[in-house]
Amino acid sequence: MIIAKPKPIEEIIETTKEFKKILVAGCDGCVTVCEAGGMKEAQIVGSALRIYFKQQGMDVKVDEISLTRQCDRPYVAQLEEKLKDYDAVVSMACGAGVQFLAEAFKDKPILPGVNTCFIGVTEAKGEWTERCQACGECILATTGGICPIARCSKRMSNGPCGGSANGKCEVNKEIACGWHLIYERLKELGQLDRFERPTSPKNWNTSRDGGPRKVVKEVSQL
Amino acid sequence: MTTTTPSKLERILAAGHFAVTSECGPPRSADPEVVAHKAQMLADFVDAINVTDNQTAVVRQCSLASCIRIKQLGLEPVLQMVTRDRNRIALQSDLLGAASFGIHNVLCLTGDHQSFGDHPNAANVFDLDSTQLIQTVKMMRDECKLLSGFEMKDCPKMFIGAAENPFADPFEIRVSRLAKKVAAGAQFIQTQCIYNMEKFKKWMQGVVDRGLDGKVAVLAGLTPMKSVGMAKYMKSRVPGMDVPDDIIKRLAGVPKDKVAEEGIKICVEQIQELKEVKGVRGFHIMAIEWEEKVPEIVKAAGLYPRPQV
Repeated sequence: MIIAKPKPIEEIIETTKEFKKILVAGCDGCVTVCEAGGMKEAQIVGSALRIYFKQQGMDVKVDEISLTRQCDRPYVAQLEEKLKDYDAVVSMACGAGVQFLAEAFKDKPILPGVNTCFIGVTEAKGEWTERCQACGECILATTGGICPIARCSKRMSNGPCGGSANGKCEVNKEIACGWHLIYERLKELGQLDRFERPTSPKNWNTSRDGGPRKVVKEVSQL
Repeated sequence: MTTTTPSKLERILAAGHFAVTSECGPPRSADPEVVAHKAQMLADFVDAINVTDNQTAVVRQCSLASCIRIKQLGLEPVLQMVTRDRNRIALQSDLLGAASFGIHNVLCLTGDHQSFGDHPNAANVFDLDSTQLIQTVKMMRDECKLLSGFEMKDCPKMFIGAAENPFADPFEIRVSRLAKKVAAGAQFIQTQCIYNMEKFKKWMQGVVDRGLDGKVAVLAGLTPMKSVGMAKYMKSRVPGMDVPDDIIKRLAGVPKDKVAEEGIKICVEQIQELKEVKGVRGFHIMAIEWEEKVPEIVKAAGLYPRPQV
C-alpha cells in the first residue's frame, strides 16, 4: 500500500487559516490502513483546527468526511453537492488523491493533510517500511524476492557495496542492507549462482525517469 | 605478455613487476597548483596516480580535469569514476574525453553515499553501479560500442580497474563479489586499506583458490596512520574499515612525536609481508593528505627505483 504520515498540525493551520469553511476529507484506502489519513485522522485534524481557531477567536467552520477512495472518480463525485458549503478542503489522501480532488473541483483550494512517503508494508504495530519504488519492471524473480532498488541506498544491481556491516547499511545502522538480505535468501533458496552473475544496466525508462506513466488495459476500455 | 591497452600500469603488471600506485585528492577550490604539486611529489616513485572522484561525496576539483593535468605533466593517471553523480550518458562522455587525452586507466566505483558528504541534500544518480560501469568500459573498448549499441570509430583504450573491500561484512561474500567484477571485465583491483593482515591473507587465499589471481591483478591498498586519533577514527567511523586493536596499541605505545614515524614503519612492514602473499601484484599507497611520505615508503619497502617499461 501507499504509506503516508500526517503533516504537522502547524503546517495545516498555516495553509488553512485564511478560510472560513473547511472540510477535512479522509480516504478509506491505504492511508486508513497506515493510520495517516482515514476518518479517525481526519477527525483528529478537524478537532485540532477547531481548537486553534477558537483560541484565536476566529469563527471558522470545520467538518470531516471520509471517501471510499479519492483516486476513483465515482467516489470523488460524491463530494460535489457537499463542497458547495465549503471554501477549502484538506485532503488526507495520498498525493494522488489530493490531485484528483483538485482536478475535479477546479474552483476549490485542495490542501494536502499528509506527506506521501512510499509503497510499503505494516512492519509492526505503528511501523511501516518501504518495499517498492514502482520501477515498472520487476526483477524480484532474480533477487530472491527482495528488491535492491527499494532496499539498497545506492539502488545497486550488483551489491552489496563495501560499506555494509553486520547486515546493516552504511547510511544508517537502522537500515538493513538489502544486498545482505538478498545474499542470505539466495543461499537459502540454493540460488547463489545468481549472485556472481553480473546484472547489466537497467532500463529506467519504465520508472519515473521515463516521465509521468500510464497503464492501459484495453479489454477494460471496451 | 600481451596487453590490451597502451596503459603503462598494464605493461608493468604484464612484465611481472610489482606495480606501485598512489592517489591524490584534488582541492576543494579552483587552485591550479595543488594536483600538479602532489603529482610531482609522487612522480618518480609510483607507476600511476589515481585521482579521486569527489571522495566521501565532498565536492572537489573534478577527477577528469586533474587527470588531464597529470597526463600533461608526462605522468600516468588513473581516472576514478563514481556512478553516484553521473548517469550513463555523462559517464560514457567523460570516458571518451579522457581517452582523447591519452588517459588509459579507469577505476570503476559506485561511490560513497551523498549523505556522508558536504551536500547531504543532493539527489543521487546511481543509474549504473560499479559492476555495470566496468561492463560499460569493456564494451566501449572491446566492442567499440556505446551502451546504446552505437559503433564508434575510435574506442577508448582503458585498462579497467575496480575496488574491493576484503573486510566488508559478511566476509564470505567478498571473494564472490570479486569474481563478479572480474566476470564483468575488471583487470586490476585496488583494495580497501589493509590493517587486518590475517583477514586479508584469508581473502587472498580465497581469491587464489578460485583461480581469480590469474585473471585480475590485485594491488594491496595501504594507508599509513598519522596519529592514534586517525586510527581510532578509521576503526569506528569509516564504513567497511577493519583496524585491529593491536595497530592502535602499537601507535599509542610510542612517544607522541614518534607516532607518525611508527605509522610509516607499520606500512613498510606490511608491504614487505604482502610481497610474499600469493596473488598480490602490487601496492596502492593512499597517503591521505600525506602524499610527501610516499617516496619514503616506496624506498623503504624496496620498491624503488620503479621499472622502466
